[in-house]
Amino acid sequence: MAGTAARGCAGAWRRAWRRPGPCAAPRAQRAAACSARGGAVPAGHSGLAPWVPVVGLEVHAQISSNSKLFSGSQVQFAAPPNSLVSFFDASLPGTLPVLNRRCVEAAVMTGLALNCSINKKSLFDRKHYFYADLPAGYQITQQRVPIAVNGSLSYSLCINNKMSQMVTKTVRIKQIQLEQDSGKSLHDDTRSQTLVDLNRAGVGLMEVVMEPDMCCGEEAAAAVRELQLILQTLGSSQAVMAEGQLRVDANVSVHHSGEPYGVRTELKNINSLRFLAKAVDYEIQRQIEELENGGIILNETRVFDSKLGCTVPLRDKEGKQDYRFMPEPNLPPLILYDAKSLPANMNHQQVINIDWIHERLPDLPSVKREKLVEQYGILPEHSFTLMNEDGLAEFFENVVKQTQMKPKKVIGWILKDLLGYLKEHSLTVKESPVSSYLLADLLNLLEKKEISSTAAKQVLAELWKGEGKTALEIVKEQKLQLLQDQKELEQICQAVIDRQENEVMAIKAGNRKVLNKLIGLVQRETQGRSSPVLVKQLLEKKLSE
Amino acid sequence: MRALPLGRWVRAWRGPPRGLRGLSAHRDPPQKVSVEVLDHLEHLALVDFRDAEGVERLQKAIEFADQLHEVNTDGVEPMDSVLEDRCLYLREDDVTEGNCTKELLENAREKVEEYFVAPPGNIPLPKLEERETFLQGS
Repeated sequence: MAGTAARGCAGAWRRAWRRPGPCAAPRAQRAAACSARGGAVPAGHSGLAPWVPVVGLEVHAQISSNSKLFSGSQVQFAAPPNSLVSFFDASLPGTLPVLNRRCVEAAVMTGLALNCSINKKSLFDRKHYFYADLPAGYQITQQRVPIAVNGSLSYSLCINNKMSQMVTKTVRIKQIQLEQDSGKSLHDDTRSQTLVDLNRAGVGLMEVVMEPDMCCGEEAAAAVRELQLILQTLGSSQAVMAEGQLRVDANVSVHHSGEPYGVRTELKNINSLRFLAKAVDYEIQRQIEELENGGIILNETRVFDSKLGCTVPLRDKEGKQDYRFMPEPNLPPLILYDAKSLPANMNHQQVINIDWIHERLPDLPSVKREKLVEQYGILPEHSFTLMNEDGLAEFFENVVKQTQMKPKKVIGWILKDLLGYLKEHSLTVKESPVSSYLLADLLNLLEKKEISSTAAKQVLAELWKGEGKTALEIVKEQKLQLLQDQKELEQICQAVIDRQENEVMAIKAGNRKVLNKLIGLVQRETQGRSSPVLVKQLLEKKLSE
Repeated sequence: MRALPLGRWVRAWRGPPRGLRGLSAHRDPPQKVSVEVLDHLEHLALVDFRDAEGVERLQKAIEFADQLHEVNTDGVEPMDSVLEDRCLYLREDDVTEGNCTKELLENAREKVEEYFVAPPGNIPLPKLEERETFLQGS
């Protein structure tokens, strides 16, 4: 996931999709670049002006709360069907919505974190459409005046594959609104029926609408990743895509630079960041090819098929939906206050103070990244990777606390060795068999020059097995300690020099590279227990005598 | 202030509603509802106008509502709920409901292992040409 989120659009629209089958794969005649700078894609064989892809996102984040938005039934991921459903959720007559305070606070926090203006007065509306998992026949949402508007989200992107050059981009947030989630439909095609579970019906959602400021799949994925991190930091949503707590719909269109926007298609059923990037890129490619071949783009909804790697039209949606929005008659306007407008005589529990919430916002990921760079002297790219992996920043800080090794050196061990192992074995930081304590212990041995760095890597490999041994125990077991006896080392160096007459002559004649061979021989003699730096020093000293 | 002060109301009001029998010379001709709109409404709201009387009833309802256009509402904010001055009650985030699966499923005509059963996806109303409806003749 780190790779997908971080790598920028310097990548080409390659001929990756050469697959036969129902998804006729579009073929880019020429590799094109959606550059992180311009976003334009050079045209194919038609030779026209470059294509500008436009991507906008609608993200639905499930609010992390105990009970639902308008009722007191529980919010929980897996539960027996229809066990977390109240009479209101089932839309039985005579029930009314009662707004959950926590959901409002979550939306305000999110709005503030995304630099939005919070509307002190927002309204609820009904959006009508028929579907089996929407028992009321309408969804309560905020179409006219949502709770937060006009914000921005900044995210970072790598513009080359080596993660060494990061660029910051911004996408405007049009609005954030509170709305109800629908129930779940399980399609049983064999018996031609749908099974409906209303456990999810009525759960609070924050819909974050982003303006079409993005130009490719990588940008979309990076923006969503950053939003995910922000939501998780705030605690307003756990934002786990796999559990449906974060759902993304993408709107994609292409046009020629200078001309009006093209017809857009809506992409649904995207279950991960990786598929989001793929779906968007595929759709851009498909639209370009369609238009270059003289076709037109229909304003339709398409679904991403992850197995085939392409988008297909959604059959169920017939024509444009008319939602017949109307004000929700059972809910008065939602009024929020700040320090200035705080009413004197109101019950505290009934008052939501925007300023109070603002003061208590935790450090956002971007702030934490900067702090890591400042405090530990690591590079922004390192800080980005630390924050991108759940628990890694904490692990790193714990190791630094427990070791004398400088943070700049520790970071290498964390990002290359530790993270490398974790990725290889598909483990999260929490599941790491090597704790921060064990790693710090190992790094201390290295820092005190009791072992070489090659030996340290060997020890880490052993620690990884999680057999409960400490670094020191492994060092003793495998006899990896560095030779501390300088005299013994000098003797070995001398012996090697005496043996390798030809090499010595070559070095004295000016061929310094041969020195490495001698160092290698000394290493072999000492079974890797000598510090290459020290050996080099000794050899050089002896050879110059 | 939502409602117009009485004086302005009297000035803006061009006269009492004439009822549905006579047409005032000042009023715009009543909007006729086209077959396309009727068909669209039948799709959206799943109502069935059934016969000429049903459509006529709708027509009269629209004319009745059109009287609202006689009031000058320039500069007046629309009121969409008489509840607008009430306080929206905020509930604490506690679990107080749910766990009544049996009760909820009591009225379900069909159920499968505690799931409600529904037809597979929306069954769209057939197009105007393809269904038997009064509207076809219009």
